Amino acid sequence: MKFQIKNIIAIICIALTFGSCSSDDTAPTVNELEGLTKFKEITNTNHTIELYSHQPVQQGYNEISLKIKDNASGKYIQNAAISWLPLMHMKMITHSCPKSAIETAGTSGTVYKGTIVFQMAQNATEYWDLKIDYSINGTAYTATSIIDVPASAKQRVTSFTGTDNVKYILAYAEPHHPKVALNEMTVGLYKMESMMDFSVVDNFKIKIDPRMPSMGNHGSPNNVDLTQAAADKLYHGKMSLTMTGYWKINLQLLNANNEVLKGEAITESVPASSIYFELEF
Amino acid sequence: MKKLLILIFFFFHIAIPLLAQEKAVDTLAPKTLTEVIVIGKKTQLSQKQAKPLTTVDDYLQQSGKVDMVKRGGYAWEPLLNSMATERTLVTIDGMRVFGACTDKMDPITSYVEVSNLSEATIESGQQGSCHGATIGGAIDLKRNRSGFSDSGWEATLNSGYETNSNQKILGTAINYTASKFYIDTDFMFRDAGNYDAGNHEEVLFSQFRKFNISGTSGFSFKENKLIEASVIYDKATDVGYPALPMDVSLAEALITSLKYEYAPKLPLLEKWETKIYYNTVTHKMDDTKRPFVPVHMDMPGWSDTYGFYSKVNGVYNAHHFTADLNSFYNRSIASMTMYPSDPSENLMFMYTWPDVRTLYNALFLEDNYVLNCHSSFKFTASIANHFNKVSNELGLESLQIFYPDMKDSKNRILKSFSAAYLVDKSYFSYSLGLAYGDRAPSVSEGYGFYLFNSFDRYDYIGNPELKNESSLEGNASIGFATEKFSAKLMSSYFHISNYIVGKPDDSLIPMTIGASGVKIYTALDYATIFNTDFSLEYQLMSNLKWTGKLVYSYGKDNHQDNLPFISPLRYASSVQYHINKFTSEIGVQGNAVQSQYNPFYGEDRTPSYAILNASAGYSFVLDKSKLGLKAGVENILDTYYSTFSDWNNIPRKGRNFFMNLSFGF
Repeated sequence: MKFQIKNIIAIICIALTFGSCSSDDTAPTVNELEGLTKFKEITNTNHTIELYSHQPVQQGYNEISLKIKDNASGKYIQNAAISWLPLMHMKMITHSCPKSAIETAGTSGTVYKGTIVFQMAQNATEYWDLKIDYSINGTAYTATSIIDVPASAKQRVTSFTGTDNVKYILAYAEPHHPKVALNEMTVGLYKMESMMDFSVVDNFKIKIDPRMPSMGNHGSPNNVDLTQAAADKLYHGKMSLTMTGYWKINLQLLNANNEVLKGEAITESVPASSIYFELEF
Repeated sequence: MKKLLILIFFFFHIAIPLLAQEKAVDTLAPKTLTEVIVIGKKTQLSQKQAKPLTTVDDYLQQSGKVDMVKRGGYAWEPLLNSMATERTLVTIDGMRVFGACTDKMDPITSYVEVSNLSEATIESGQQGSCHGATIGGAIDLKRNRSGFSDSGWEATLNSGYETNSNQKILGTAINYTASKFYIDTDFMFRDAGNYDAGNHEEVLFSQFRKFNISGTSGFSFKENKLIEASVIYDKATDVGYPALPMDVSLAEALITSLKYEYAPKLPLLEKWETKIYYNTVTHKMDDTKRPFVPVHMDMPGWSDTYGFYSKVNGVYNAHHFTADLNSFYNRSIASMTMYPSDPSENLMFMYTWPDVRTLYNALFLEDNYVLNCHSSFKFTASIANHFNKVSNELGLESLQIFYPDMKDSKNRILKSFSAAYLVDKSYFSYSLGLAYGDRAPSVSEGYGFYLFNSFDRYDYIGNPELKNESSLEGNASIGFATEKFSAKLMSSYFHISNYIVGKPDDSLIPMTIGASGVKIYTALDYATIFNTDFSLEYQLMSNLKWTGKLVYSYGKDNHQDNLPFISPLRYASSVQYHINKFTSEIGVQGNAVQSQYNPFYGEDRTPSYAILNASAGYSFVLDKSKLGLKAGVENILDTYYSTFSDWNNIPRKGRNFFMNLSFGF
């Protein structure tokens, strides 16, 4: 971190020194959609909503960016107030899932960003749709469309009932591209208030124990348990992976009093926890 | 780096005024403490050896300072003063070569053949610091070279067979010498099956097959200038390591050098020798032939070394001095790929040596000051810069799991000093020496990643933050010799600070299936090692000679616990008889019980043993051709035994009949 700050200062100094000799420098244009792929367009009579994601949308934690295009002018809308509602249409019931608020991302003001945690995948008869409500200069609009949420190849989300009888959802957010290294790890923790209402859980702790079942349950050292960050409300910690391959990240959820609500410590006789994520790289 | 440059300048400034003086008429040669094992002379292998076509390892074992860690029938690891590869220095004609195996299955001595070599010089402790930093000492394997003469073509055919292991040996040596040019070539092939231990117990996976081809060519373009090129290519395939969980499918080395030698007609300088060299080693482990393998693994390793040295010898009055500037650049990389039993899973991959680059630059100075016809002082000093860099990003980040603040490079300064006083009178000779030397951690000790040691069954993790290991050493020898009788007692004592060992960390989970745990390389405050060897020779009659040898070693750490691979009392005794062209020898060798062992390193008590060997030889001379025939029996009584340095107690060879034939024309 220190190193980065030093670098940033150095770059600023260089920029100032060189920048001062020419007056008509223009700010470089940053591609705000760098690395993102458009996976869906939802159209109503006035606008087309473009949905982007970094990785294909699937069961689990998804970071979704969106832009609203005016169908008439072709221009992207700034300063829209947006909310969304993902809904799972099951045979008997309909429920939602954990989601964040949508905020403006980037400098142009036309890209909006949020996260949705699809705790289950679609199947032949059950599907997700996404309703987007937005208002531009006080005028409200809405758009709804079915979206594809296939099952993930490896487990990225787990929902369970804790010993406190509360239903929790744990979702793996980062790293997107795990490395043989000490990885910064981010996880979202939510509780189910009702079928439609999910909230972020505060001040808990998530213990991790990465293991390789194919290597005699080899485990990695110097992992750091995940605790909540004030800024993004997500849980952050460190996960070390000593080689490539298939890893099972065994989890334990602890409440603010350090009581285990779900998950088991790994021992000779307990090779895996009842809650876990999977990784393969 | 700056400091080093200043020091180099400092040394040169001392040296220059010396060089400007005039050469003295003093012709007294200085005494040295070097032990020399003769292996061959020109095309002919030493016919004094009971078994001339034996391995380099066997030749080296004749020294009281050398032991061999044996993991099978081939590629033994030399221990010098009870110290293994990390603490010693093995060079080929002054060239640094580094094995490419993370499990030390390819010591340098495995990449040369007896037919390549004329002799091995063994120097104890800091006496051996000329070619690099060492603690235990140095072995320099000297290549065979014909030199300039008008003898023209010379050829030798070597052939051997051993009943136990069904080993077949075939070799040729063809030399051509002229007054200004020579070329030496040699080839040797060995093919051995599994050997039987005593009582006809077959030791599975002890087979090996290798060939070695080499050439040296020299050209003298002025009477005092010589240029010499040399190449060795060695390839071993299908090498079994019965003591290890894996074998080797390929161990291949290419060792090349170019030397320029100049004997200036100057008053002070006698010889100036400069060599540049390059060698590359490839090593591939193989577990595909083993019956039970929990996870199949590929473990290849590569080691490339570029180096040079420039060495000046001179005489000024009673000072015989040497200055040697040497450098090498090594790249060591090894990886492990594991194949999950479920083939749909991704392969598991890690770097076990994360592309470690080592740049080493050293200046070595020696002065041999001849006091009078029977006594001299010898001083050596060296200073070196040892720089390591981890060049592989994945490998660096892997190690940063253990050492989050680790940087990719590390610089070390290594020093060495020694002083010795030698006296050699008509009957008595003695010497006294004191020395100090540093060494840097080896690639495995500094940067290894989950290296499994099948001896103590731990996975080892390197530690880039280790301090230099340093040794304070004292040595003494006393000898008595008459025409018929000679006796010599040599001892050395090492106090090694920051002694590097692996320490178990219970919080870590091993990677290797079945391993007991994980050890992290760390340093003990100190350890002490004491070695003494006593040799006797008595000419009973003009053609009957008796030789005896007794070696005792001792090694303790700062908690008075035993160090690993410390030899129990060992002895050898033999009687040689020769008449005309006939030679014969009968000998016994053995070890006492190994009572100083340490289970912490995976050792257990090894019982005593003694084996009996006998051999006989005859040399025929027909016109200009010479035929040497040697035959013998090793372990005549077919004793089942294993020694303290047999990895995982694998038994040694049972009774073995051998025959070596060498035909020169």
